[in-house]
Amino acid sequence: MTDTAGTSETADRAEPGAGAEASAAVDAVAAFIELDGVEKVFDVRKKTGFLKRERRRVRAVDGLSFTVSRGEMVGYIGPNGAGKSTTIKMLTGILTPSGGRLRVAGIDPSRERTRLAHRIGVVFGQRTTLWWDLPLIDSYRLMHRMYRIPDARYRENLDRCVELLQLRDLLDVPVRQLSLGQRMRGDIAAALLHDPEVLYLDEPTIGLDVVSKAKVRGFLRDLNAERGTTVLLTTHDLQDIEQLCSRVMVIDHGRLMYDGPLAGLHEAGESERTLVVDLERELPPIEAPEPARVVRVEGPRQWLAFPASASAAGLVARIAAEYPLVDLSVREPDIESVIAKMYAERAGA
Amino acid sequence: MAEAAGAAEAAGAGEAAEPGVRRGRVVEGVRAYGLIAGMWIRSTMAYRTSFALTTFGNFAMTALDFVAILLMFSRVDALGGYSLAEVAFLYGLSGVSFGLADLSIGSMERLGRRVRDGTLDTLLVRPAPVLAQVAADRFALRRLGRVVQGLLVLGYALTVVDIDWTAAKLLLMPVTLVSGAGIFAAVFVAAAAFQFVAQDASEVSNAFTYGGTTMLQYPPTVFALDLVRGATFVVPLAFVNWLPASYVLGRPYPLDLPGWVAFTPPLAAAACCALAGLAWRAGLRSYRSTGN
Repeated sequence: MTDTAGTSETADRAEPGAGAEASAAVDAVAAFIELDGVEKVFDVRKKTGFLKRERRRVRAVDGLSFTVSRGEMVGYIGPNGAGKSTTIKMLTGILTPSGGRLRVAGIDPSRERTRLAHRIGVVFGQRTTLWWDLPLIDSYRLMHRMYRIPDARYRENLDRCVELLQLRDLLDVPVRQLSLGQRMRGDIAAALLHDPEVLYLDEPTIGLDVVSKAKVRGFLRDLNAERGTTVLLTTHDLQDIEQLCSRVMVIDHGRLMYDGPLAGLHEAGESERTLVVDLERELPPIEAPEPARVVRVEGPRQWLAFPASASAAGLVARIAAEYPLVDLSVREPDIESVIAKMYAERAGA
Repeated sequence: MAEAAGAAEAAGAGEAAEPGVRRGRVVEGVRAYGLIAGMWIRSTMAYRTSFALTTFGNFAMTALDFVAILLMFSRVDALGGYSLAEVAFLYGLSGVSFGLADLSIGSMERLGRRVRDGTLDTLLVRPAPVLAQVAADRFALRRLGRVVQGLLVLGYALTVVDIDWTAAKLLLMPVTLVSGAGIFAAVFVAAAAFQFVAQDASEVSNAFTYGGTTMLQYPPTVFALDLVRGATFVVPLAFVNWLPASYVLGRPYPLDLPGWVAFTPPLAAAACCALAGLAWRAGLRSYRSTGN
């Protein structure tokens, strides 16, 4: 066995596979999700005129290698078009990689799509899989039968999801009447009824209000802690990552730019929050205490940038005491700006 | 060859599947189809009045088709040498076959839309064959209207047409209907497969499906020989009704084919389905390697 001694114990718990599969099973336990030099090349045809087309090769994923252990909760982020969705689609067996090696739970997703389907849960943020005109419970009954979930198991999982995601009063409501937040919770429950070992979430909090976001995050945190479900989520919301993920992977141009704790990403990008203040009248830029500084002035409104790690309270108190303050708001750094800063710093270094 | 490859794949998947889930792909597909179609029926029943109206509308629309033929016969006694009863016989066979295919998998023409808006991906993460899921997608029971109309016309034809019935002719009737449905179903699947490549090609498929059934409502003798050749040897729609009906009605087929050809619709249907299956696999493979 080439693996370290530490994994042999867990390897013994691996499901009894065929002899030939044994080594693969060990790998599956050591690294639940495993990518080795995975590539995805698209031929993009662009219309350049009437009937005239230009072909261009696009490397959506370019030699991606990483592993995720069982029970990890990983944020997978990057700008639009960075290759996030393509990666998720390869991990779920929707797309076939052009090159490299990819395994999820020891299974090659593109070759054994339906077998893998029993072991993964997928939530597409903006595409519901629920039945629009039918009560929510009907969609769950379909999952029950389609995944052949044993009755007792189904009831247990459903009860648990209903309780934790507060779906009790929604079960008999047609899906089309649910709010976006309710539907997202409904979708998450639908993805978990068959006890998936890994849950992929694509923008799970997009468009949700603060309360719904908190509910979804709380649920995912508990799911990961109590069930040990591996979670991989893509998001544009840095707070999702902050509150959920111990590990962040940043992808851009199909390559892994950063892999580590969120704190490290902040360091790498030194992200800043923005305090927006509305004063009674137009005034010269506020003389804010270091390290806060005014970055923009527009009439009576001023924007101040300050480190994400610092508290806004002191700054607000100081400004309120010295300036005629009418209104204020604090804006969290978004992922794009963190990544942009990361690049800028790298280029500078 | 196609079946061998399919069987090999099924065996591979079977071996790999978890204990207790070792089932053939066909069985899995039929089961998934039933589950999903059932959901769509229940969705439709959420709006009962609308269902009743659209089913009647579907019936009335197709009925108008036949009214057009009746109107024609109010001016002429024969069409291409065929009497009204004989044309009704052709119409009924084609209508029922097409109706059955349309009812069971007619919604596949919406595949292009699913490819475009990305919702096909939600089907690809389910533990069921994609073909079955797409075939059952938006299953519309209102299409029964077309089948019923076809059956009524066929029933009328059988009561008035002058046929010298033999055992072979009797046996040929259900075989023809089922084979015809299979041929139309193959056209639906092939057309859907084409939509993986060209997402707004549903009109092309309509030309062969709806266009095909309209053509078959008329006797082969009214069409140019080249069209009849195309419908016999290229897209074998002639096997849906023209060839078996020529035999049953005791009329010569315009292409001077041997008599036993009337009994080959099952073979034609099997060949069409095998080809359509290959096309579907190629289409799905291309989708999975290129995305949308």
